[in-house]
Amino acid sequence: MASDSQLHQNEEFLSELKECAKLLTEKLQGDQFEEASQIIHAMLEARDRHIFNSVGRLTRGLHNAIVNFHVDADLSKEPPHIASSEIQDASNRLNYVIDLTQKAAEKTMDMVDEAAPIAMNLGQEASSLRDQWARLRNREMGPDEFRQLYHRMDDFLAQMAIGTEQLGRNLQEIILEQGFQDLTGQVLKRVIGLINDVEQDLVSLVRIAGQVEEITGLAPGVDKDTQTALLEKRKTEAEGPQINAATRADVVSGQDEVDDLLSSLGF
Amino acid sequence: MKILIVDDFSTMRRIIKNLLRDLGFTNTHEADDGVTALPMLKSGGFDFLVTDWNMPGMSGIDLLRAVRADDKLSTLPVLMVTAEAKRDQIIEAAQAGVNGYVVKPFTAQALKEKIEKIFERVG
Repeated sequence: MASDSQLHQNEEFLSELKECAKLLTEKLQGDQFEEASQIIHAMLEARDRHIFNSVGRLTRGLHNAIVNFHVDADLSKEPPHIASSEIQDASNRLNYVIDLTQKAAEKTMDMVDEAAPIAMNLGQEASSLRDQWARLRNREMGPDEFRQLYHRMDDFLAQMAIGTEQLGRNLQEIILEQGFQDLTGQVLKRVIGLINDVEQDLVSLVRIAGQVEEITGLAPGVDKDTQTALLEKRKTEAEGPQINAATRADVVSGQDEVDDLLSSLGF
Repeated sequence: MKILIVDDFSTMRRIIKNLLRDLGFTNTHEADDGVTALPMLKSGGFDFLVTDWNMPGMSGIDLLRAVRADDKLSTLPVLMVTAEAKRDQIIEAAQAGVNGYVVKPFTAQALKEKIEKIFERVG
């Protein structure tokens, strides 16, 4: 692994420096200033060589990490225009998921909107007929009314047949529409894979950046004020639906907890 | 009662519209963002605002603040229907003057109760 060979190089460089330092001390103690300054010169050259090799190795590592991103971008534009990349691909796939789930939801609701009145009408007619039937059983009905009921019953049974067939079809359509979950599930799994790959590559970049900082002796300064401001802002930032509400103290789970929180504050 | 439903997902707008219709509220209008909703509210006539939090242009919390800051709209009853469930957010909405907060996913019963509560207080 690249970082192993870097460690090896560092060790070699350190032992070289230690050797030179020992020699330097000897020469200085022996008042051999010319030889001492030659050793200092050699130490400087060793350091420069070390930096050069390290930077070369880092550049190669950086190049590899970037190539893995598969980014096809036009850098001459500002901001750079990305023609294609893994992230582009992931975005497109996620848009497909939104599209598919919306269509499935709309179609399902259409089926329900169609079915609801059918069910309601059948229910109402059945209820009304039951009242009439009760009158018949109590012998409260005259022959004309009975004839009406007779025909109405006939019509109703026909309606039932047609209506329930339609309901059956709609219910089946609804089941079929749920098939979106399979397609979206597959797409989401793929996107999760892409994201994990990108994360690995980013971690490589971060590691490389750390090594550059080590070599050049630069360390990132932490602006305390900016950090605190950022943390405060994050408290009320939108996060979308909570997926692990039970494990977080700063999130409520369900309408009851929302109501409790608000009433405890006097709202 | 004229109601404005604001949410960037058309599916959710349809669900809320249907639930309101079942409760007897048939005069409903829709907007897909705070940005499009605000002018609609300002042109007047609305008695109730139901809004989501997360919207790309102007969020629900910003829409709420804009409504409360407008002389003509400041007393408009506002119900937030949203997936946002952080305590700090709920408190922020309450302090900004929201009249009710329903968290998604919600039941028809929950929506009904919150609406009744708002109008029993106002009316």
